[in-house]
Formats: sequence, structure tokens, C-alpha cells
Amino acid sequence: MTPAPPASPAAPAAFDPAAAAARATDAILRDTLHGTHRGVVVDSPPGAGKSTLVVRAARELAAAGRPLMVVAQTNAQVDDLVLRLAEKDPELPVGRLHSSDSDPYDKALDALANVRKSTKAADLAGLDVVVSTAAKWAHVRGVEPWGHAIVDEAYQMRSDGLLAVAGLFERALFVGDPGQLDPFAIAEAEQWAGLAYDPSASAVSTLLAHNPELPQHRLPVSWRLPASAAPLVSDAFYPFTPFRSGTGPGDRALDFGVPSDGSGPDRVIDEAAATGWGLLELPARHTPRTDPEAVRAVALVVRRLLDRGGVTTSERSAEPAPLTADRVAVGTAHRDQAAAVRAALAGLGVVDVTVDTANRLQGREYDVTVVLHPLSGRPDATAFHLETGRLCVLASRHRHACVVVCRAGVDALLDDHPDTEPVQLGVTVKFPDGWDAMMTTWDHLSAHRVPWRP
Amino acid sequence: MTLTDDLARLEATATGRARPRATVRHRHLSERPLVFVPLTTAGEAGAPLGALIGTERTSPRLLVVPQPRDRDLRFAFLAQLADTVLPYVESYADDVEAAERTETDPETGKRVKVEVDLCADAPQLIVPSRAGIEFVRLLGRSTRFRRTAEQDPDTPHPAPPRVPLLGRWLTHFGERARVPGSALLLAMTDLLSRHWATGQSSLEEQHLGALLAWIEAPAGGSGAEAALRAELARDAAGQLLCPPAGPATDPAFDNDLLAPAVERYDRARTALAAAEDGLAADARLAELTAAEREIRALVESRTRPTWDAVWRGLDALCTLPAAERAEDRWRSDRWSFTAHRDRVAAGEPPQPRRDDAVTAAQKLATREREQARLDAQEALDDPLVMAGRRLRGEAFAGEVTQVVMAYGEGRSPRPRPLVTVRTADRPHLDEGVKVYRSLGGKPQAAQFVTYAADGGDGRDGGAALVLRILDKMGRGKEPEPGSVPEAGDRLCWTLFEHEQRGGPKLPDPEDTPWTHGGPPDATAESPDPVTAEDTL
Repeated sequence: MTPAPPASPAAPAAFDPAAAAARATDAILRDTLHGTHRGVVVDSPPGAGKSTLVVRAARELAAAGRPLMVVAQTNAQVDDLVLRLAEKDPELPVGRLHSSDSDPYDKALDALANVRKSTKAADLAGLDVVVSTAAKWAHVRGVEPWGHAIVDEAYQMRSDGLLAVAGLFERALFVGDPGQLDPFAIAEAEQWAGLAYDPSASAVSTLLAHNPELPQHRLPVSWRLPASAAPLVSDAFYPFTPFRSGTGPGDRALDFGVPSDGSGPDRVIDEAAATGWGLLELPARHTPRTDPEAVRAVALVVRRLLDRGGVTTSERSAEPAPLTADRVAVGTAHRDQAAAVRAALAGLGVVDVTVDTANRLQGREYDVTVVLHPLSGRPDATAFHLETGRLCVLASRHRHACVVVCRAGVDALLDDHPDTEPVQLGVTVKFPDGWDAMMTTWDHLSAHRVPWRP
Repeated sequence: MTLTDDLARLEATATGRARPRATVRHRHLSERPLVFVPLTTAGEAGAPLGALIGTERTSPRLLVVPQPRDRDLRFAFLAQLADTVLPYVESYADDVEAAERTETDPETGKRVKVEVDLCADAPQLIVPSRAGIEFVRLLGRSTRFRRTAEQDPDTPHPAPPRVPLLGRWLTHFGERARVPGSALLLAMTDLLSRHWATGQSSLEEQHLGALLAWIEAPAGGSGAEAALRAELARDAAGQLLCPPAGPATDPAFDNDLLAPAVERYDRARTALAAAEDGLAADARLAELTAAEREIRALVESRTRPTWDAVWRGLDALCTLPAAERAEDRWRSDRWSFTAHRDRVAAGEPPQPRRDDAVTAAQKLATREREQARLDAQEALDDPLVMAGRRLRGEAFAGEVTQVVMAYGEGRSPRPRPLVTVRTADRPHLDEGVKVYRSLGGKPQAAQFVTYAADGGDGRDGGAALVLRILDKMGRGKEPEPGSVPEAGDRLCWTLFEHEQRGGPKLPDPEDTPWTHGGPPDATAESPDPVTAEDTL
């Protein structure tokens, strides 16, 4: 990691987030457009304007007459990127390379005049920008290599995924969030641990192991996270590459028209509205994954969030905006938990609230999130539940407040289960480890605890 | 682990007897497997002490290294091992059948079908436990780079002629064992714990004796108690009644029996070397032979129970009928065996110490594809496994209540019938999710449309789902007979695909891109250098 200078804590008043972000962006674009290295790596904390950077870099490369391919990881990311490109520059000729499955891309692309869609890369030759998923690019053969590529979400891409597409471009800008979930393999890959090109490692770690001289940049400001969340997320998940929030403590507010009825859910909502964090703590107990009480508590919190006439005030609009169902999300560790929460919400008549696992919430943004803690009710703390990225995703999706629902006793559970991941020779130890990040966030959340017996 | 597995384990704990995790046998078992029960010496990684090996249950071959630190004796052991393993492996090499394979034509670049040989059957190596598989790998790694006197007349410690070849085959077996669902090299503990659940932790299940005790418990008897005895019970001399499956031995055996015996052997050997006349030499040779015979008896006493246990495990597995799709996977094993046979015949160098970037990526892609294939095939072959997937919301079974004929859009509308299925399962369905059922062994795809209006929505334990059938209905305007479900049919649909797509083609190793360090060094690997430890 390049030790990019952190904002000096001695002079917080002098910190101008917009200027700091602009400086970082300028440096990135300078290296991308005029640098001598074949690659540039950009680390971006949650909500730091990664997509904006990708769109801007794509447009500048296109303006400079350099044909560009963009590699994203999922079809949703690709469609989102194409829509953003078209919104910023409707004249820009963009190609959307897609699979031959049914319903391969977002129908909204059909309305865009300058977006051409095809299943064959040859049909899209000559367009300024061609966008597709890594999986689709991997099947492209027999075309002239592109001069430039942008690899989006590069930390979620596996090394073998990069191997399959790297022959298609000369130089590339790699953008991603190192704090999110690492890619994983469903088969045994231990025999390659420690090799620079371990196929199950992230694309960026392979890239940097072979090309340590590449310039590495960092976006220093999170525009999504409020002032109440950025310090915790930065400390817990990015201790060596701190970032700041773009807004100050008074810039955002979450208020409710209906006063609290004194119940646990209402009290935790008020705590979260006031401080940005709330922990609804149920009595300690070992439970199945789909803990009915905890699931119901999550659903009740969501129900009350919507019932109490919430309004959000932020730098985005002059007028306060109502807190609607589409601005609220529930995050869980497992799919069956998400399904149980969905069922509980339907039982309370709540629809249109996103309920998903950490993997699927990556890259998304909401005003308020309700999180079922990954360790809630568990008798053990496995590597899956301790994974840093999982908690980081769950704790960094919100613009205003985050409510965590959990059984008591996580601190004792963590004490009982010290991290026992085997140490592999040649593998860079990742900091912070999941155990440490869990402890840091738990300590912070404990200060916003609302005990409740349902 | 699925809920059905958890339940089976709980039941096993409660009753003290193993419970089935499968109704069919999910791995191919050869009619003539080569069972290999190795032992190692404590204190030196991978120093063989002996082994029982063979294809006949009643007459295994006993191989012993009386002084495991002696390199010459170790080479003699490896040579004997090669004499057993290689003829067995080679006995499968010549019986071939014709098969088709798609290859890229080097001239036109097109994918063409070529006819090639495929071995009609393949060898199968069975070791007692997972540590045995590791030991096979270790033997392969330590022997495949050895040089024989023929390969290199100057080598200071030439290996016996067939030992490097043995190393290449053992390496191949060891690598293949990493592919999910493969059966060239199997550990008996893995086989048994795949098919039965016990009340033990997965670590405890590595003890073959204990695992078998759970499975073989007689009616009314407690397998749990028998397992505890298998694990801990010792005789008056402090020796385990049921020796561990190895390759590591019990320390009490090492200290009290093996070490003194090896010491006697060493003394007899020294004495023989110091013998001054023929008469004395004869007497001392007799002592040496006696000492050696004693060690052989010790090794046999510790391997024979495990040997018998492996065969009893095979008996237990043979009570289950073979799973239909396990033969499919065995065919992949035969391809793998045939390919390595061809590489050996073509005189290619031994497998490299480390995979290059492209090979590693290819292997991982294969393993992931095989894992997905295994998961799907086991569920399709076995209602008990499928029940676990249904409980996880990854499949559902139900009765067809209504079929409405409908057609797709387009110039020549294709049949797209809407089928309503009533199920008590709770699949994780979103609109547009594809589901599959097996139709004559081939998957038929359908798309989830909606929950039927009057049938509930799956949240209170009962739902009617509307599915749109998408394919396998023939080319005509009307679907072929039997290709569309009918009201009253009971069907099982899965949310996972039944067949796996091939991954993208990776670059050739010599085209490894800059992101992965460029092309690997093309020079051939040198043999392992001789270190001080080799000549202790």
C-alpha cells in the first residue's frame, strides 16, 4: 500500500473534502492518461465516488481518442455504468457487450440512442467505450486488443478472472474497495497459497505482486457515510488508510414526525437517528440461523421506521425528503436469513424494502439500514462469520443511520473464539483481521445499546 | 452441511449408531481396487516404515523398512512399492475403447471431433484416511525428481529404475484426488463419512476404527461406546487395541516396541559387519534375520487391523446400490488416467514442482466445475440429498395441478406452457428465476412466473407456483408428447443447473499476460539437489 498522507488530524478545520477528493482524482487521471506505467490502482472506501471516477476516466480517455474497454463484475454493475455514462454524455458512442442468455441486460438501455448492444465484440469494434462483465470478456477471442481498460470492482475479481481477460488490453486502471468481501473459491485452492498468481486471490494482489512499481492511489473522502459513521468504518476496516466523511456532523439529520412509543424498536430508532448507530440487543441465547425473535425484531424496526414519518435532511436537497421504503435496506449474512426477514416483513405488510445478503448489497446505498449481526445467537465464530468484508459491507451502506439487531454476548463469543486462521508462507497477512474488526465495531455499538426483551 | 445431515448426526448421537446420509453409493468403486495402508516413522517427514498393499483381501504384500533412516533400505522399499503399484496401474493402460474428443485443429483453429483412445477402466487406489492421501502426495513429490543411474550415470545416489515413474503416478493420483467427486485415489474415512453420519466431529471421523464402530454397531449395541474403545482402549502392556490407521503410529508403540526392535536390528547389523570369519558371520546373519523378522511382525501387527478395516469399509459401501451418475464422473477419471498414460508414454518430464499461473487457474476452474457437477448429481441421484437441498430452498417437489397451453412471442410462436405446481417446500424464488427438472436424464428448464393467486405465497408452508416451460419440447408448434408435465405428475425442480458449462479458454502458458508475471521460465526443472539430510 502506498502510504498516501492521511488528512492531518491536527487541523480538522482546514480539511476541505471536495478539494482533497479533487486532488486525488486529478492525480489518478494524470497517471492514467499520461503516466508511463501499464497499470494504475485506485483504492476506494465505501461511497467515495468510485463510479463517478470510472465515468470521468472513461470520458476523458474517450475524449483523448483512446479506445477503451471496461470490465465490471456483474451485469447490474455493467448496466449501471452504461446508464451513468449515457447520463453524463448522451453523445458518447458506447457498446454493451452481453451474453446470449434471455434478458441479458437492463431494458432501460434500449432507450439510449448511442448505446449499441451485441453479443459479439466484433460488432462493437470502433466504439469509444465497450462495457461488459469479466465473465463475458473472458470469451472474447480474435479481436484487436484495446489500448486501455478500466477494471471496476477489481478487489472482488479473482486472479484467474483477470488472467482470462488481461490479454485484451495494453494498459489498465484498476478501481475497487479493498475492504469489501474478498473473492472466494468453492474448491480446494490451498496448494497455491503464497504463489504470486494464486488463482483464488484477488486480481489486485496478483497484479501488485508481479508489478510492485505500479502507482497506487486512494480516494480520501466518503460522500455516502455520515460524519457519525466514517470514523468507525475507517478505524475498524481501513486502519492504515484512513478516510473522512464528505459531510460534517450537522449536515445530515434524520427526524420522525411520530414520537416514540417507548418500545425497544422505537428507542433504538431514536438512538440511531440521534447518533447514527443503534444496537437493539436481545437476551443472550443460542439460536438457529433464522432466529425467529431476532428476525421479528428486524421486521418490527423496519415497520416502525416507515410508520413514524421519517424525514431526512442532507446536502443533496434543500427540502427534507421523506424516508420511504426504497431508501431502507436490511442486510444479513445468509440467504435463509434474508428469506426469513422478507417473510416477516410481508407479514407486517411491508413491501419494497430491500432485504439481501452482504454479497448482494455490495456497491448499494440507502438512507437507513437495519443489520442482523452475523454473530447473533451463534455458539461459534467461524471464518465466514468473522470475515472483515462481510461486516464492512453491512456497516457501510447507509447515509444516515444504521440499526444493528443482535443477541447479547458477542464480546464473550469473540473472547472464546480467537482467530485461528492458518498462517501461509508468502501470503500477506490482511489487516485488520475479522476478529479485530468485529471487536472494534462491537465496542462502538455497545455505546448505543438498547436492551430489549421481545 | 444441510438440515438433513444435522438431523442424521443428532439421531446418531441420540441412538449411538450411525445414520445414513445417502441412499446410494456416490463414488465409483473398482472391482479390483489397490488398497494401500502405509506407516511412517516419527521424527522424519515422509520416512516410510512399511506398508500393506495389494488387491487381494486375504493376501496383501507386506513391505518393511527395518531401519527407516537408512536411505538404501528406503530405496529398496520404494522399488518394491513400484513393483506392486506400477504393474497394477499398467494393467489398465492397454485395454482401450474408442471415444470422441473435441479439439482445436492447429491449422484451421476450428473445433473438430477427433477419435481417441479412452482406457476402458482405470486403477483405483484406496488409503485408510485423508492423511494417507497426503502421504501418497509426499511420496510422489519425493520420488518423481529422483534420477536413476540410467538417466544420469554421475548421480551420487541413483534411484532404482522405476522409482521416478512411481513418483509421477503417485503425484497424478494425489492431484486427481483434489478434484471433487473423483475416485482414482480415495480415503476410506471420507467415503464412509460421505455415506453415514455419526455423533463424532469431523476430526474424530478421521479415525477409521472409530468410524467403523459407529457404522457396524449391531442392533441394540452402542456404536458410540465401541468407537470410544476403538480410539482409547489399551492392553496390559499399554498398547492400543485398535492401532490408528496411520500413516503416523502410536507413540507408545514407537517407544516400547519399535525403537527397541530397531535398535536390536542395528546392533545385529553392526555385529555382522564386524564378523571376522564365516562361522561367526553365519550366526550373526541369523541374528540379523531374526531382528528383521521381528520388525516385520511389528509392522504387520499394526497395519493388518487397518487393512481389514478398509475392506470392511468396502463391504459396508457395497451394501448401497451404485449411484447412476457416479459412472459419469468415473468416466472423467478414466480420461484423466488416459491423459497421464499418454504423457508418460510421450516421454514428457515429471509434473513441475509448482504450477504456472495458467495451469493453476485451469485446475481451479476444473475443480469448481466438478464441485458444482458433484453437488447437482448427488442431489439428482439421491432423494435424501435432494431433501437437504429442498430444505435449503434450492429445490422443490410438488404435484402439477394445472397446465395451460401458451405460446411465446415472435414470428413462429413456440410452445411455452404454463404449469402450476403445488408444493409444501419453500424455495428461494424471485421472479424470472430459472428452475430445472430431469426429463429423460436431460434437464428441462422453466422460469418462475408468479405465485398462483389462490395458492398462498410459500410463506406459511404451502404454495402454488406458476412455471413457464422453456425448452425440450421439440421443434414443432405443438410440444412433443411427454415433454410437458401433466396434471397429477409429481415432479422435483431444482434452482441449480444440472449440467455445468465449460469455462472460458485461458491463454497458453507462453502467452501469460504482464499482470501475472509474463510467460514462465521455459527451462526444464532440475532434479532435487542432494542435501545433507539425504545422506544422514
